[in-house]
Amino acid sequence: MASDSIIDWSKLTWIDPPTMGRQDLRDVKKSIDGSFREFTRANGEWIEAIFDPLQSFLVWFEKVMIATPWPLFLIIVAGLAYYGSRSWKLALATVASFLFIGWLDMWEDTMATVAMVSVSTMLCIAFGIPLGVWMSRSDRVQSIVVPILDVMQTIPSFVYLIPVVMLLGIGKAPALIAVMIYAIPPIVRLTNLGIRLVDKDTLEAADAFGASKRERLWGVQIPLALPNIFAGVNQTIMMALAMVVIAAMIGAGGLGTPVLRAVNNQYLALGMFNGLAIVAIAIIFDRVSQAYGKRLQKHREGGHGV
Amino acid sequence: MSEPKVQIKNLYKIFGRRPADMVQHIENGMSKPELLDAHGHVLGLNNNNLDIPARGIQVIMGLSGSGKSTLIRHINRLIEPTAGQMIVDGEDVLQMSEATLRDFRRFKASMVFQKFALMPHHTVIENVRYGVDIQGVAAPEAADRAQYWLERVGLKGFEQHYPAQLSGGMQQRVGLARALATDAEILLMDEAFSALDPLIRTDMQNVLLDLQEELHKTIIFITHDLDEALRIGDNIAILRDGKMVQSGNPQDIVLHPADDYVTDFIQDINRARVLQVGTAMTPAKKPCDGPKIPHDTIIEQALQTCVDSHVETATVTKDGKTVGSITMDQMVRAIARPEAVSADDANYR
Repeated sequence: MASDSIIDWSKLTWIDPPTMGRQDLRDVKKSIDGSFREFTRANGEWIEAIFDPLQSFLVWFEKVMIATPWPLFLIIVAGLAYYGSRSWKLALATVASFLFIGWLDMWEDTMATVAMVSVSTMLCIAFGIPLGVWMSRSDRVQSIVVPILDVMQTIPSFVYLIPVVMLLGIGKAPALIAVMIYAIPPIVRLTNLGIRLVDKDTLEAADAFGASKRERLWGVQIPLALPNIFAGVNQTIMMALAMVVIAAMIGAGGLGTPVLRAVNNQYLALGMFNGLAIVAIAIIFDRVSQAYGKRLQKHREGGHGV
Repeated sequence: MSEPKVQIKNLYKIFGRRPADMVQHIENGMSKPELLDAHGHVLGLNNNNLDIPARGIQVIMGLSGSGKSTLIRHINRLIEPTAGQMIVDGEDVLQMSEATLRDFRRFKASMVFQKFALMPHHTVIENVRYGVDIQGVAAPEAADRAQYWLERVGLKGFEQHYPAQLSGGMQQRVGLARALATDAEILLMDEAFSALDPLIRTDMQNVLLDLQEELHKTIIFITHDLDEALRIGDNIAILRDGKMVQSGNPQDIVLHPADDYVTDFIQDINRARVLQVGTAMTPAKKPCDGPKIPHDTIIEQALQTCVDSHVETATVTKDGKTVGSITMDQMVRAIARPEAVSADDANYR
């Protein structure tokens, strides 16, 4: 009897839980690997072709940034920081950080990282906000997307690096995708949340005056959800920066590459410098985007009274 | 009376999972608590019928939970009914397509809300423009219209403020201007003044009455405050548990309450301020001595006239012709509470 049962009862103990058997397990893994490899071989080319323009754009963007004379770059960055935060202090701190980065000869790597983070954030916004809007309109969509986002945020990044590399190889495009998988959930979640939190009375007023769905979305829902959406953008930027080192493992380049080299060779100073450069960029991005988000809010909430 | 502007016909609203199946139970006489116990559905509106004449103020009043806010939201279909008809100018709003309904809301009926429901991210002037912009009116004209109505409600100089910077009363003026700016013939006001303190409320009632004297819109006004209802209403309908228990003009309701519920309602009102001399006079053709008082003068004012001119009797006129006479004694009796008697009756029972 024991031989034709799935579980071999005679070998069952209370110490080890029942397993499916070494042979079966290997077959399952092999067939998954095999079929994915097959899929890659059959579809890899056109999937890669889709991401080609993305890769070219990223490379071009990076080259433009590196080719820009450093004083011009600093003026642009300081201008953006001031536009976002309306704070001279922050703009000056930004310039100082970049000068320090240049002084320590990390300029090119920094440009690569900033380009990577900027492009991935833009893509996350471009895909994340519409997805969040869609989720906010349908409970069913929300109930499907939320668990997927949960998985995307909790699954160890190394795990999805494997299929991405199998499919697209090593390079900037797969790195970009890996960063996006990690960084897109907050913007989707907070767009959804922001729109769902819009005051029902205000929406009812829009309906009562005959607003169409588009007028409701662009005139009421998005503007009122903007503080939340902006918190999402901020989180997305931070998470994209957190992925810089991991993305470097599959060819993202930038500040992550020297960090990896430092880990392998126990170069303490190299690791510290590049790590601190990432921190500096993160703090600048965070403060500027938060100040910008707050400014949007202040404008709307008025002053005293009710 | 000419054709009513708005006709509510056999309107039912039941909240729950299978509302349509519940209408039969209600038609068979099941009550609101019974329906909730037996089937887990909540009765919102129970067979409402009401003809609302054009160019007047129709008040719908009831306590909280009576279904009045649900009812007004059926007129522009912010809430879908379970059964019934809502006929405005001969057309059933409840049968309209999405596009027709949108036009109905844009051009025919505008709304003022209890909690103002202004757009917090827009300035005052942008809020007033909201409905006009949605109508697709060209920008310069929309700006002119918004400016005009903003000034009419007395908010000149606040154009660039945000709603959060204004007091409740001022915010509701914005709400009123927003609704008036669309030029809709029908104005739906859902407890529009209930969130305001008493002084501001009286103030806003005056603003509304002044505007109405000139605009003659069909106003449907929801309130839980009987004094407010009597003050501004040309007609009053009283809702209780989703059922309309009485509908008529203020005099009617005060003089002939339909049941104990309405009687309770009108117990604490100032009768002198509601009842008109025409309801308490003795009909007569010949004028007596004393001042002439139009028949629709409220008793409070008529008493003052008599006291001022030191007379006991006054002549009641209608369109300048004598229709009767009234004594101070009659007036005082009219404003005495009839409940004193019924309270005694209750003691004997």
